[in-house]
Amino acid sequence: MPKIILEVNDLTTKYVTRFNEDVYAVDHVSLKVEEGRSLGIAGESGCGKSTLALSLMGYYFPPLHYTSGEILINGRSISGMDPDDVRKSVLGTEIAYIPQAAMNALNPTQKIIHFVEDVIKAHELYITKKDIYDRAKKLFETLGLPAEVLQKYPVELSGGMKQRTVIATSVLLLPKVLIADEPSSALDVTSQKMVIKMLRQAMENGLIDSMIFITHELPLLKNVTDDIMVMYAGQIVEKGTAEETVFDPLHPYAKGLMGSIIVPEKGLRNVKLTSIPGVPPNLKSPPAGCRFAERCNFVRPECTTNSVGLREVGGGRAYRCIIPEKELREAYAREANKNA
Amino acid sequence: MPDKKLCLSGSGLTKVFGFGSQRTVAVDHVDFNFYESEIISIVGESGSGKSTLAKMLLGLISTSEGEIYFQGKKRDIRTQKKRQEYWKNIQAIFQDPFSSYNIFNKIDAVLLDCIRMRGGGKLPHEKKVELMTEACGFVNLKFAELTNKYPFELSGGQMQRLMIARIFLLKPKILLADEPTSMIDASSRATILDYLMKLRNETGMTTIFITHDIGLAYYVSDSVYIMEHGKFVESGSADSVILAPTQAYTQRLINDVPKIHEAWDLSTV
Repeated sequence: MPKIILEVNDLTTKYVTRFNEDVYAVDHVSLKVEEGRSLGIAGESGCGKSTLALSLMGYYFPPLHYTSGEILINGRSISGMDPDDVRKSVLGTEIAYIPQAAMNALNPTQKIIHFVEDVIKAHELYITKKDIYDRAKKLFETLGLPAEVLQKYPVELSGGMKQRTVIATSVLLLPKVLIADEPSSALDVTSQKMVIKMLRQAMENGLIDSMIFITHELPLLKNVTDDIMVMYAGQIVEKGTAEETVFDPLHPYAKGLMGSIIVPEKGLRNVKLTSIPGVPPNLKSPPAGCRFAERCNFVRPECTTNSVGLREVGGGRAYRCIIPEKELREAYAREANKNA
Repeated sequence: MPDKKLCLSGSGLTKVFGFGSQRTVAVDHVDFNFYESEIISIVGESGSGKSTLAKMLLGLISTSEGEIYFQGKKRDIRTQKKRQEYWKNIQAIFQDPFSSYNIFNKIDAVLLDCIRMRGGGKLPHEKKVELMTEACGFVNLKFAELTNKYPFELSGGQMQRLMIARIFLLKPKILLADEPTSMIDASSRATILDYLMKLRNETGMTTIFITHDIGLAYYVSDSVYIMEHGKFVESGSADSVILAPTQAYTQRLINDVPKIHEAWDLSTV
């Protein structure tokens, strides 16, 4: 039985607007990440994937508030902890977080080594500069970054290089979980590939035990992570392995999303891309039934009234729809015939 | 092909920034022929000069060398009046929708401006609302929800879609789209691409996509130009450039994009 590094049970977090309205951006999300595995979170803008990343760190700042649920790292609960304790004992050592603009964290007036020293000294008070340098050098070289980078100023590095430097620094303290929130979407394709390669190396060399990778780019996710979770309007609507979710999605939303993938492969020009009509619901007053009902092609009368739970279909797969798997597959087959 | 009419072409187009040791050639003697009702993609990585080229085509920055020909004639935008006349024929959608709007004007004003530019200033209010609703509907927005709002109340994706609604109202001869879908959700991306293609089929609008997404270029365009360091390294029909690239740079670019069916080789970087 593989060890579970990160376990999240029924996590709900909300934003409180200045008019005191509650917006539940993460709504009863449960997930498990095993040792040595990576989980991808896909979804469109505003579906709550970045809020989930922030919530997982247990570091809540207004307007984000913790409501209920449990976050366990190696069996230790970090939910409901004081933000100060979270910063001291969780961030960096248990969970590392890389936002999209991580490279902006670098101070333009200081060398990279200073940034590295800051990170280490915040957690290990009595450590010499030489030890820090040796440790950073070793780690940078493991991850394919030249050690000269440490003696450079951020302006001397390219965007992709800066991003990789920050990622390397974030795994210095050997965190158990690395949460990467669109770490490569501001970069060009070649730098993106280098960032992905680096994250893979960090996993393979045991610098991190598990990874959560958040992106809206499905082709990237398919190539990076073992499992994929699709979010819609704050809820998980589909989860399974990367292969299953991309090639055989069950939820109508996931199906639509997978049908809109554009990659430079032979035959793409003849494919009719799917688009999903309408817009996601406003989370200030989410619909009573299925949140996707309004935009769904297979909507039934009971969809708008009955609340829908995740339907387990075995092998760790699940989807949030009231239609059973068999009927859903038949409906997709009919749809495909109609279009052909 | 002889039956295709030339819409926009350039010869030896160059843009140089700075001088002396700071001299940077952003666009380096490029030649191109864009035909009417064609969809063209200019693909390149950041810093390849594709946005500079776009700005020159729009007449937003001057050219250092070379000429641009519009409908066979030399483009003349030396006076403000001529420039405005030219801008009736060419419109653009930019990368960053946040800086495309005047934050003091409501969304209605943006769209009403377009109706006025098309000579619809005297239409009754109901008709204008109808036009605006139709334009918003095309890009998956609800006009009833947008009216009386300010641009900064919208998300980036919504703003960009509103930009496309503007083009729908204006119907120019040439649309220059600089990374138009990079901030739009995947599920509505297909709608916009389909709509742009439909608009091309109906009005014969020439569409120039400036993008770094080689997959998108392959999906939408008739011809593709690959740009590196200010030069076109490869050009031709989409099928020939993407499926059988001859230049090393194009091959690398295509290899570096993550794919769905083919394996992604990480050892090449």
